[in-house]
Amino acid sequence: MLGYAFRRLLSLGISLWVASAVVFLVVEVAPGDPAAYMLGTGAQPDTVAALRTELGLDRPPLARYLAWTGGMLSGDFGTSYTYRTPVAGMIADRLWVSLPLALYALALSTALAFPAALYAAARRGRAGDLAVMGATQVGVAVPNFWFAMLLVLVFAINLGWFSAGGFPGWTDPAAALKALTLPALALALPQAAILARVMRSALVDILAEDFMRTARAKGLSRRQALWRHGVRNALIPVLTIVGLQFSFLLAGAIIIEQVFFLPGLGRLIFQAISQRDLLVVESVVMLLVFAVILVTFLTDLAYAWVDPRLRRRR
Amino acid sequence: MNARIVPGAALAVLVAGAALLSFAWTPGEVTGVDIPARLQPPSAAHLLGTDQFGRDILSMLMVGARTSLAVALVAVGIGMGLGVPLGLAAAARRGSWLDEVIMRGNDLVFAFPSLVIAILITAVAGPGAVNAIIAIGIFNVPVFARLSRGAALPVWQREFILAARVAGKGAPRISAEHVLPNIANLLIVQGTIQFSLGILAEAGLSYVGLGAQPPVPSWGRMLAEAQTLVAIAPHVALMPGLAIVLTVLGLNLLGDGLRDALDPRLRSTR
Repeated sequence: MLGYAFRRLLSLGISLWVASAVVFLVVEVAPGDPAAYMLGTGAQPDTVAALRTELGLDRPPLARYLAWTGGMLSGDFGTSYTYRTPVAGMIADRLWVSLPLALYALALSTALAFPAALYAAARRGRAGDLAVMGATQVGVAVPNFWFAMLLVLVFAINLGWFSAGGFPGWTDPAAALKALTLPALALALPQAAILARVMRSALVDILAEDFMRTARAKGLSRRQALWRHGVRNALIPVLTIVGLQFSFLLAGAIIIEQVFFLPGLGRLIFQAISQRDLLVVESVVMLLVFAVILVTFLTDLAYAWVDPRLRRRR
Repeated sequence: MNARIVPGAALAVLVAGAALLSFAWTPGEVTGVDIPARLQPPSAAHLLGTDQFGRDILSMLMVGARTSLAVALVAVGIGMGLGVPLGLAAAARRGSWLDEVIMRGNDLVFAFPSLVIAILITAVAGPGAVNAIIAIGIFNVPVFARLSRGAALPVWQREFILAARVAGKGAPRISAEHVLPNIANLLIVQGTIQFSLGILAEAGLSYVGLGAQPPVPSWGRMLAEAQTLVAIAPHVALMPGLAIVLTVLGLNLLGDGLRDALDPRLRSTR
């Protein structure tokens, strides 16, 4: 297990290194002169030259890349050109909205999918199973931001149970969670539909295994056998999907934040794009990619821990 | 005939037909502004109502379908065109440095969700439908590369491959003539699924302003414009969403149905 973890850690490091090089190349080298790009076409040459010096663009790309990655490793993401504040601080503030939103959605998605999958698998081929599978088929097809608008229409505008958008901050945790409930639900539903389908088919496979027949033969009821032996074994494929979903939820949160006017990473990155604040775009993108790579790494480790056969080298 | 292919294909043909028809005819105005007729609910004159400029929503949806279908279709083409040869090459040279480089490159691209690619491209090149195509297309490449490598590996163990090698055929020719036809079914099914995911992704990108720009109509941007009107004219927000759901649902049903019909071993509802 340790050897496997070490190999995966090495590959994690290489992935992060290559990914950061790609992001740097696309943002800072490909468009030519980032300073001229950030100031727009009407800028005076001396203004561009001043910004070049301020951003350190007069240094060679390799030195800039090393300074950027070195800074990120020590928590210094540079200073935003538009806001004149440290990018790390801006990201940290926004992360307190986006990360809880993604985690809340992950919890909701799991809470919705598990009972639905268990219900459907236990009634395989019967009306209940078909109803759940039909519902998930539709759930997979629903764009989360449209579902978010429907939730606003029903629960905020018509019923008045929730506010239609905005975020009060974490000083009052109950109010903050309430403000994140509709966004989290909108993010969670399509993911729950996918998760329920995967979990149901994993359970159906396991119900056909010999050890399930043995469990029934020794006197367990269908329900007991499903809970004691089925669920635990079905968790292996489900774990991978949950890991994958976290990345999707973090990216999806960026879109959902636009529906509910939440001050999260999404708002930050779209403002940065319209203001051509490349350093902010670069840092937020790198953070998102880092999150995806890290979660994949953790999922691989968890998977190998659950199923020792996977630790062997491919 | 499978029970899911028929409704799935019917929905897909309906949407594609509406998109094609919109080149020749639409029931109402798509570009003109007719303020007295704004925000009308569905009626005989406007089957799905009108939007904030008095434009006919059904006509907008028909023209918007072109954008959705074109973006998703080209993105699948990019994914297949690059991904399948990479996957076949990796399978043909299994365990070699080439295989390793292709598969690690795949893992790397997987770390960039299409939204993040679109953000990167837009930040340096500005928004547009072409960015959406590239972003979704790049995201599709590792999907097809991984699928074709995985499917091609067992094919390489078969006797007819050995016969082809004895006959003196090289790996590229064997991949094209013998391996590809054996994994084509799988690619078609995955293509349908990626097509439907592409439509969802395009809608999301257009919704946040990273995809198609005005005046090109798109379902995602119709939803973005309808957002502030949802309280006074819900139909303006409902219709484009329903169009997306029905299209994606149709393609998913078609994909599932095709998978069951082409390869009974992969049947999903066991």
